[in-house]
Amino acid sequence: MDDALVIAGKRFGSRLLIGTGKYPSHEVMKRCHEASGSEIVTVAVRRLDLNAKGEASLLHWIDTTRMTLLPNTALCYTADEAVRTCRLAAELGMSRWVKLEVLGDERTLFPDVEQTVAAARTLVKEGFTVLPYTSDDPITARKLEDAGCAAVMPLAAPIGSGLGIRNPHNIRLIRDVVKVPVIVDAGVGTASDVAIAMELGCDGVLLNTAVAGAKDPVRMAHAMKLAIEAGRAAFLAGRIPRKAYGSASSPLEGLVD
Amino acid sequence: MTLTINGERRQVADGLTVATLVTQLGVRGRVAVELNGEVLRQAQHPEVTLRDGDSLEVVTFVGGGA
Repeated sequence: MDDALVIAGKRFGSRLLIGTGKYPSHEVMKRCHEASGSEIVTVAVRRLDLNAKGEASLLHWIDTTRMTLLPNTALCYTADEAVRTCRLAAELGMSRWVKLEVLGDERTLFPDVEQTVAAARTLVKEGFTVLPYTSDDPITARKLEDAGCAAVMPLAAPIGSGLGIRNPHNIRLIRDVVKVPVIVDAGVGTASDVAIAMELGCDGVLLNTAVAGAKDPVRMAHAMKLAIEAGRAAFLAGRIPRKAYGSASSPLEGLVD
Repeated sequence: MTLTINGERRQVADGLTVATLVTQLGVRGRVAVELNGEVLRQAQHPEVTLRDGDSLEVVTFVGGGA
């Protein structure tokens, strides 16, 4: 059964998007990427460390034949900074796919949605394929879609918090109001959070810390892969309605006296 | 001549191109360069000659999720 994730016309066999930060080592990261089955990896753009000569580059540890790089604008606080970062990323990665992220506050790491929408408009005009991190607000999601974004990526909870999906109702509303893929980005803590996102009808989940920070990151990466598959299958299968009272699944007739 | 590279002032030989400077920095792998606020295309690196007082940002991919 073909159930590919399609973003901007490009097909992906996995609905899990994974990060490259905070792993115990590059080796562990590479094994996590393999175990996750993910085909999209996020990377950050930073100043080259002028004093760390000859250090093997991050890309050495990423199988770019199998995985699409998604440079992010992590920790940008204005639209201008984010746009500038994307332009640099395009020269680095030879692609114009970006994860747009414009933050509004250092403590919560919540997005500044006004700046995010402004940056998205500029980047779309410049030919970027924009996947924006956003709040779990359906109105903002619609504005981002109208701006020409290729997907919308509402947060489950604050970045790195592991709190899981705090507002499943809003995530479902977002799924209803936009046509582009909805990818839950940030805040998931464990496999069940991922399964819930997929059961709500989301098209994918982007995560990093939940795997990189787990006691056994490679095993957690595998768990996330299974959760994506289980949640997606359950969504497609269609769950039973919730009922307030019991309803036996065995026949009521023919009971022995 | 003096350049500002990633916020650090550095003395380098006169007349370097961007590509030569990048090699001298000991970079392994790909970098992107912004010169005086303008992003350079990779093809420009061997063509652009640096001038005294230029300010550069040299960036690369590092690990990160969000």
